[in-house]
This record gives sequence, structure tokens and C-alpha cells, in this order.
Amino acid sequence: MKEIKTLEKAKSVENVAFNILKQAVIYLPEDVKQALKKAYAEETSETGKTQLKAILDNIELAEKYQAPVCQDTGTIIFYIKAGAKAKNLDRIEEALINATRKATKEVPLRPNAVDPFSQKNSGDNTGRLIPYINWEIVPGDSLELTVMTKGGGSENVCVTGMLVPGEGINGLKKFVVDTVIKAGAKPCPPNILGVAIGGGADISMKLAKKSLLKPLNGPNSNPEIAKLEREIFEAVNMTGIGPMGLGGKTTVLGVHVDYAFRHPASFPAAVAFNCWAARRASARISADGTVEYLTHKMK
Amino acid sequence: MTVYKLKTPISEEEIRKLKVNDVLYVTGTIVTARDQAHKRALEYFKQGKPLPLNLEGLAVFHCGPVMRKEGDKWIAVAAGPTTSTRMDIFEDEFVKNFKVRVVIGKGGMGKKTTDAMAKYGAVYGAFTGGAAVLAAKAIKNVRSVEWFDLGMPEAMWIFEAEEFGPLAVAIDSHGNNLFTDVQKTVEENKQRIYQKLGLSP
Repeated sequence: MKEIKTLEKAKSVENVAFNILKQAVIYLPEDVKQALKKAYAEETSETGKTQLKAILDNIELAEKYQAPVCQDTGTIIFYIKAGAKAKNLDRIEEALINATRKATKEVPLRPNAVDPFSQKNSGDNTGRLIPYINWEIVPGDSLELTVMTKGGGSENVCVTGMLVPGEGINGLKKFVVDTVIKAGAKPCPPNILGVAIGGGADISMKLAKKSLLKPLNGPNSNPEIAKLEREIFEAVNMTGIGPMGLGGKTTVLGVHVDYAFRHPASFPAAVAFNCWAARRASARISADGTVEYLTHKMK
Repeated sequence: MTVYKLKTPISEEEIRKLKVNDVLYVTGTIVTARDQAHKRALEYFKQGKPLPLNLEGLAVFHCGPVMRKEGDKWIAVAAGPTTSTRMDIFEDEFVKNFKVRVVIGKGGMGKKTTDAMAKYGAVYGAFTGGAAVLAAKAIKNVRSVEWFDLGMPEAMWIFEAEEFGPLAVAIDSHGNNLFTDVQKTVEENKQRIYQKLGLSP
């Protein structure tokens, strides 16, 4: 009797993971859609406006035909908030891998997991450490699953830099502006930027990338960081890179900043890019098995 | 800004009418090729082996699509462009040897490709990155898939399309490159941004 219950639970995590994966690749979050509409209304470059119109048309078509909003359905990354008292945590990894395989076949997703040595594509979006799972232990007994499907174009321009501590936040601002300019058209602008400092080379990038999950509406609760986000937002939108790098005033839709304390000798900084197709979805599974979809309505 | 609607095979004369910032829609045969397909096509050319089809006058598309098989028929589910700069190392030879008239992608291409397009008569049409369903809906028929051993994204897909676009003509056959122009503007703007942020260059 006990064994059967365990299996049901595992199956449910798999179903929920499949559902959020499907939601993520087809339906962009409401805050991203709103930001794109606003950008379209405000863009002054003719070519830039054509690009934003194509983006908005595409989002509508994806929803209508239930097709992935972009053909690059990304590398699949899960962020798990596991209640310390949640049961069957040892089954979750397997459930997420199964959900990934199922979604690849049924949604469908593009197979994007390649063995770096043999160059062979596994064909099902799984392989060593892929899908990648970030674990966080939180109080309680529920389980929160978030998926980010991260496009390759925007990933290719993510950068970590070890800045000069004496230059402080000014050094960071220059680093971000230079990084966005160097990235140019490559990450499919308008982008969302995740910027993080401190911790270490790995920690700053982990924080920067995780901050891409934050919604675009609502400023940071820390006023000093909110001010920095605003400043970076205005600065990079002055570059003129514009939608798809074809020129215009919309280069980024939003900027998120996060930080950890740093070593006195180090000033690690990371800039993570998301393309306009900023795909993410979350759900919470309570201990009694009820599922609440947090970013999308279940369709 | 002029809107052009061209049918493949496209002649050199037709393509030379287009200027940077024009908008282009392509009807006819569009062939996908990413890094691996470019590499293999050029190897075939070197060895004197024919390609699966003659590319003269056609459009080559930097795209790794999501495809679905229904019965024995392939359907394009999502087919937006991939970053073209990766193909920069191949494209001048590709344009020269195969006489493709339109290269479709995103992110732009460099000087070598721009020079080859001026010399042999081709344009680069930027398709909105990520607009994968918009692209897929313009693909009316999947004629065949070649080199499937390269995997779904890298294989050569041969599409029949209707009014595929909008493509922003970003490199024309007269040596103009919109991306290079934007980069120049951005470099100028950089100094203003540094000033605004109180940074030394």
C-alpha cells in the first residue's frame, strides 16, 4: 500500500513538471508580454517597430496554435524549492528527467542536449547534468518547481568578470554597458538583464541567471538596488542597439540586480542575458497533493 | 523603405534592386543550413560532389527548426532564425560557389560576407529572432530533409514557403551593412552613456 502511494506522488511531480514546461515554451509570462507591447508603442525606429510587431504577432500565433514561441526551446533548467519536510525528494530528479523526455516528444521541444565530446545530440533534451536542477531547501512540506528554458543565443553572450574592487559600483556600470554593447544583436534584443556582484565567479553568475526569473513589474524592494537597476536600464537603452540589433531605443525590457558579500580582494560581477522570449513557469505542490500554478493559468 | 516580394529562383538583377532597410518577403524554395550543413556543403563542393539540390537563386536560412512528423509528412512547428555570425566563416564561399541570392538569419554578418554579397549579388535578410511560429506558418510544404544524420537542428530542410518574412534587408549587394551602421552609432552613443553615468572612458 505504501509503495503505491509513493509512485502516485512521483507521477504527479512528473505531470506538473511537464505542464510547466509546456506552459513556459508556448505562453510568455504576462509581464513580458506587457513590456513588449509597451516597447512597441514607444519605439521610434521604423525597422525596430517592424521587429517588435513581428514579435507580438508571433506570440499571438504561438498561443493560437499551441506551438513553442521560439524554435530554440532552450536548455532546460529547473529551480526547486524543496520544503525540508517534503516527502519523496529522492524521486524528484527522475520525475523531472521523465517530464523533459515527454515534453520533448509531445509539445514538441527541439532536442538541445549535445555530448561535448562526441557532438552527438541525445535527442531527448537529457544528458549528463541536463536538465540542470538547482536545489534550495526551504521551511515547510511543499514543493515549488520552476522551469527556465534558456535560449542559446542569449546564453552565448553571458559574461562573468573579475572587476577591480577599487572601482566599486562605477566599475560595474561600465562592465554592464560594455557587455551589452559587445553582445549587440546576438542575444535577440530586447533583452532582460540579470546582473549580480559578489560571492565568487560562480556565485555571481548563478545569482545573475536566477534573477532572470523575477517578473518585470515592480521595482526591487531595496531602494538602492532599485535605483541602480533604473540607472542601468536607462543607460543601456541609450545605446541604440534596438530590437534585433537593427537600431532603435528598445534594447532591454528590464534589469534585475542581485548581490552577495564579496572577498576584500575580489569584485566578481556577472551579466546574464535573456532574450525577449523570456520563458519561465512555476507551480507549487502541497503536501496533500494539490497543485497551484503560479505563473500561468492551467489551459 | 520599399517592400519587395520575390519568387525563387531569384536573379542577380532582381536582388541588386534591394537596398539596406528595405523589407523583403520570399516565396519559393528556402533551404536551412547551420554550421554543420555549411561545412558539409563546402566539403562536397571541394570534392566535386553535387548537393542534394541546386541552390542557385534560392534562399538559405540559418535555422534549426522544431519539426513534427505526421505519417510520412514533415511539418514545421517552429522555425525562427539562429545567430548568423557562426556561419560567417563559411558564407562568402557559400554565396560564391552556390549562387544563393538571399541569406536569412539573425544578428547580422561580417565584412567577408558583405564583400561576397556585393561581388556575387546576394542580400542578407534579418528575420526577427525567435519569431518561430510566424516563420513556420509561412512554410507551406516541407519538400524533403537531407543530411538528417546531422540531427534535427543541423540537417538541411527544404521548405516551400509563401511570403516568408518580413525580412529586414540588413546587408545589400552594394556593400552596405545595417549592422555595421548601427554599431558605429552605438560606439558614438557609448561616450554619451559614460558621461551620463560619470565614468571615465
